[in-house]
Amino acid sequence: MALLEVRNLRTSFRTDDGIVRAVDGVSFEVEKGQVLGIVGESGSGKSVTNLTIMGLNPRQNTITSGEALWKGRDLLKMKPAELREIRGSEISMIFQDPMTSLNPVHTIGKQLVEAILLHRDVTKRVARARALELLRAVGIPRADARIDDYPHQFSGGMRQRVMIAMALINDPDLLIADEPTTALDVTTQAQILALMKRLQQDFGSAIIMITHDLGVIAEIADDVFVMYAANVVEQAEVHDLFNRPQHPYTWGLMGSLPRLDADVERLTQIPGQPPSLLRPPPGCRFHPRCPYVMEVCKTTVPKLVPTQKDPGHLQACHLDEETKDREAAKLLEAMMVEAG
Amino acid sequence: MFRYLVRRTLWAIMLFIVITFVTFVIFFMAPQNPGRAVCGGERARADCIERATEKLGLDDPIPVQYLRFLKRLVIDRSLGQSFITNEQVNDVIADAAPVTASLVFGGAILWMMIGLVVGIFSALRPRSLLDRIAMVGVLVGVSAHPVWIGLIFSYFLGYKWHITPIATYADFFNPVEGQPGGPWQWFYHMILPWCTFAILFAALYVRMIRANVMETMSEDYVRTARAKGAPESRVLGAHVLRNALLPVVTMLGMDIGIALGGAIFTEGVYQLPGLGLTAINAVNAQDLAVVQGVVVFSTLCIIFFNLIVDLLYAWIDPRIRLT
Repeated sequence: MALLEVRNLRTSFRTDDGIVRAVDGVSFEVEKGQVLGIVGESGSGKSVTNLTIMGLNPRQNTITSGEALWKGRDLLKMKPAELREIRGSEISMIFQDPMTSLNPVHTIGKQLVEAILLHRDVTKRVARARALELLRAVGIPRADARIDDYPHQFSGGMRQRVMIAMALINDPDLLIADEPTTALDVTTQAQILALMKRLQQDFGSAIIMITHDLGVIAEIADDVFVMYAANVVEQAEVHDLFNRPQHPYTWGLMGSLPRLDADVERLTQIPGQPPSLLRPPPGCRFHPRCPYVMEVCKTTVPKLVPTQKDPGHLQACHLDEETKDREAAKLLEAMMVEAG
Repeated sequence: MFRYLVRRTLWAIMLFIVITFVTFVIFFMAPQNPGRAVCGGERARADCIERATEKLGLDDPIPVQYLRFLKRLVIDRSLGQSFITNEQVNDVIADAAPVTASLVFGGAILWMMIGLVVGIFSALRPRSLLDRIAMVGVLVGVSAHPVWIGLIFSYFLGYKWHITPIATYADFFNPVEGQPGGPWQWFYHMILPWCTFAILFAALYVRMIRANVMETMSEDYVRTARAKGAPESRVLGAHVLRNALLPVVTMLGMDIGIALGGAIFTEGVYQLPGLGLTAINAVNAQDLAVVQGVVVFSTLCIIFFNLIVDLLYAWIDPRIRLT
């Protein structure tokens, strides 16, 4: 049995302008110890997918349907108290902005200890020892001196380490990392990713890594799915995705990756803007921006189906597979050439 | 910390000098002769006015009079004598201050209770019926003048229904002979003034607390607390309120400081012999010594409470260090 099994998840928000469908029929599974990457532009629904699973969307204006089975129990149907038992102990989260994700008026020690005491019946002294252990594990120098410092006394990278320590403190089965490196500078990004990779091996937690950065995916993920405008457009094992991308949107993302090893004048960009989720375009949601658009794309929604060559590689595009293989090969070749 | 206190004190002295000097200037700009007031107003005899003017030094240039006032204040710690009654102004202030303090501190407790309860509930259930009613109440509370509220309260609760006294003060410790006094009478007489005084501030504080709590609820660290599995009560108590109420502490300190200078309207309506009423009567009687006494006392209150607020703030907000 998969650790987490999400089936046909839909999340909409009631707003003054109408109903925004932020997630529109997403299904995936996470196995024990697996690292699943979710990649997509801002507003593609990748964060909302996970906030929905955790029950962290604002209650008043959210409509949710589908299933999110955690060890066989549906998270979406749980009572708040049951969900709270799971949050922070079996499933924990790391957020994008470490500068604002820690409470400014409590010491980091207090916030770490709180995370333990909410789920474990231990003394404060034991909890503090555990907090210290985790701070050392995430590489905070002089952890025993710094545990009583306040968040503003830490740099962004150090705060993100604290967040990671807090997320791992109860040995979760699943860690959801929502753009954990986006707000950090490049060298810190690399450190945090390396740290997460190492801890993932030490702790054995499964990870859902949400990012808009394919570089992060390549670094850490086993499997990946690409989201566009609230839908999954492609889903594959990470090597397959990079070797044989099957969706024009994925090509666009790959073409816009900056590379240090190639001398490129400008980055390629995907023309246009992501569509409004209030009134998404008919047919394939990517068709207004797609260079390969056909008549059928404007009317019929493409289904997420396995490719003929590889049943584990799913894609949602009307183009025939031969064309896509050819285009993907061209893209990869071009990237190779650029790379010299 | 020490340097901060020194700098802070120097600022306070500056502020004090500016405010008291401005009071002097304004007082002498009014087209009237304080000497005449001393001698009984319109029908004062010329020689009396002359003697009074000389005795009080009213002919001297304003800066000279001001320096005389400062010298008396610093060296004798005296605010001088009332022009009209010859009472020591120190005594006048000492009599009036407890009345105003009763009104302000009692009122502050009342408005904070209303502000916290209604403000937090409104923030947790925005657009609910309670929130909407509260917001209408806020609008009324901000708009209604204390004098009007006071007259309405006093007419219905005091005069018509005999639930409370209509007006006047009852001393907590030493009641005047033949008048009600003691803790219970004090409380009983203060009910209406407290309510009247608290309404405006309660409205302002409901609005402020509601806005702060709502803003804090959407902070990332509140989401972090929820993601940790904290129950809503803990999210609110340990994470939201501590942050949301920081600015409220500042406002409360400053408002109390300002209000101690005289809750003029409320004291006027209920004839409470506090600082506000004293100041009004002194202005009408052209009694500069008493006016200046109230101004000095109010300024000290404001300075003192601002200092308290700053120290308190540094204590509850770890990000602030006083240097």
